[in-house]
Amino acid sequence: MAAIENTSAAKPAATRPNWLVRDLVGLAVILAVAAIGYFLFPNNLALLTRILGVALLVLSIDLVTGFCGVATLGHAALFGAGAYASGIAAVHFGITDPLLMVVVGAIGGALAGIVSGAVILRGHGLAQLVLSIAVVHLFHEAANKASAYTGGSDGLSGISPDPIFGMFAFDLWGRTAYGFAVALVAIAFVVLRLITRSPFGMLCRGIKEDPIRIRAMGASVQGTLLKMYVISGAVAGVGGALNAISTQVVGLDSLSFTLSAEALVMLVLGGTGSLYGALIGTVSFMWFEDFVSAANPFHWLTIVGALLIAVVLFAPRGLYGSAQTLLDRFRGDGK
Amino acid sequence: MSAVFQVENLKKSFGGLAVTQDVSITMNPGDRVALIGPNGAGKTTFVNLVTGHLEPDSGKVMLGGNDVTSLGPTPRVRQGLVRSFQVTRLFPDMTPEEHLALAVMQRTGRTGRIFGHYHSMPDVMAEVAELLRTLGLDHIATRKVSEIAYGQQRLLEIALALALKPKVLLLDEPAAGVPQSDTPRIEAALAGLPSDLAVLMIEHDMDLVFRFAKRVIVLAAGAIIFDGSPEDVTKDARVREAYLGSYANDRSAA
Repeated sequence: MAAIENTSAAKPAATRPNWLVRDLVGLAVILAVAAIGYFLFPNNLALLTRILGVALLVLSIDLVTGFCGVATLGHAALFGAGAYASGIAAVHFGITDPLLMVVVGAIGGALAGIVSGAVILRGHGLAQLVLSIAVVHLFHEAANKASAYTGGSDGLSGISPDPIFGMFAFDLWGRTAYGFAVALVAIAFVVLRLITRSPFGMLCRGIKEDPIRIRAMGASVQGTLLKMYVISGAVAGVGGALNAISTQVVGLDSLSFTLSAEALVMLVLGGTGSLYGALIGTVSFMWFEDFVSAANPFHWLTIVGALLIAVVLFAPRGLYGSAQTLLDRFRGDGK
Repeated sequence: MSAVFQVENLKKSFGGLAVTQDVSITMNPGDRVALIGPNGAGKTTFVNLVTGHLEPDSGKVMLGGNDVTSLGPTPRVRQGLVRSFQVTRLFPDMTPEEHLALAVMQRTGRTGRIFGHYHSMPDVMAEVAELLRTLGLDHIATRKVSEIAYGQQRLLEIALALALKPKVLLLDEPAAGVPQSDTPRIEAALAGLPSDLAVLMIEHDMDLVFRFAKRVIVLAAGAIIFDGSPEDVTKDARVREAYLGSYANDRSAA
């Protein structure tokens, strides 16, 4: 094939971003923030653990919404499926090892991902949103009806996980649960960074940007999205299992539309399409919600609503996305 | 030489309107064919029928001797029928290098991998580098597509199609929207297409058609009214009446 005149040299490979260093720095920042949280709020570790559980849910939504462009308001179905799977495994089948409970939760979430993905991915746009809401309601109702296993509206109690590795018992102050949560989020972050950078992750980004082009390249859009839904379900399931292990109870609220919608709001607040955005959005929203509800128990919802409106209007790419844009602009000016 | 692409008696109607009427085309490896026709002639419908986006009422589409009429668009691509788009369909936030790496990995069955990176796949990197060099895109390999010029985006469309190693390439107006100054680069890219590749180009720019094609097919009202050499197309009375008009007169005068 004839070569076309080239006007300048190729960009050297050495100037490519060093992903490993960036990821390690990101991981170090997460662990540093977790350590700061531990020392600043030693009496509030239960809230911090809850934040990390929900962070896994928000990360899982980011996988399908931020990286694949699938709209969903029903992702708590996957989180709740993981929570109930690990809770039922502990209460009814005697699987009380925390690590095994997490594995069961991941499997439960992944199975829920297959089911809900198979339904939700049949629609597009508004139809997709409506299907996702229908799915979370169906999961909620199924858990309510199967009260012999789930405890119905009373919740599933009596979950008593063993000490981690037989050494670290879950204590009253929530220190072990918090350490366990930090470890799970750190592992999930590393694994998801690898997945989102992988050939499969690139394909998902392509689908989000132009599914017609992806089909024209010979790739299956539906199959790819379903696979990501299963991965996302496993991550949400780990979050649900963490919630079950740390609180030792699973309620129907873990399968609620409200949790799904709040988690999506957290993602938008932090910025979609970036794992950092998902984490920042979760921490900001839940910390702000806790702080404002304590400071002003009568008007806290109004204040949270005002914050969200402000972010959407003035930082439409979310906190992380907007900060990144500002940083890029600053760097551009500095050149 | 055995045909790599055959369309046999393809028919399609929407309601009572016949938009594709008994169209038959045979192409061999290395063919350079231009499909031309006035607006509304049924060129887009023909492309959609051939690529599997529309189902024909009757007729067959054969690729490398296999009947692909009942297959959808994706399996046809996997069998070697690749198209480019009239308006670029690229991923704005990805770089040309990422586009081509994704296409090469898709072709070689590696896009299902959830771990790894194309930077650590030497064969992918080598093929991407070769395509970027050949199409003159290597100096913008790591810039986002949204930041590169439209002419470069059109070249990337062609590179993307080539990365899939097609047997038959459908080029839908490859020079559409490209500034005149960039047209020579597109033409150079077309001239450099692999010699064993069968290319069917849909194009309105008649100068480009006459420079590129060894055979011209004219479609009017869903039917083929001419199939022959570029030298003869301007002399055909039906083509002059249906499409070429003043262009044919100018060319004859020249």
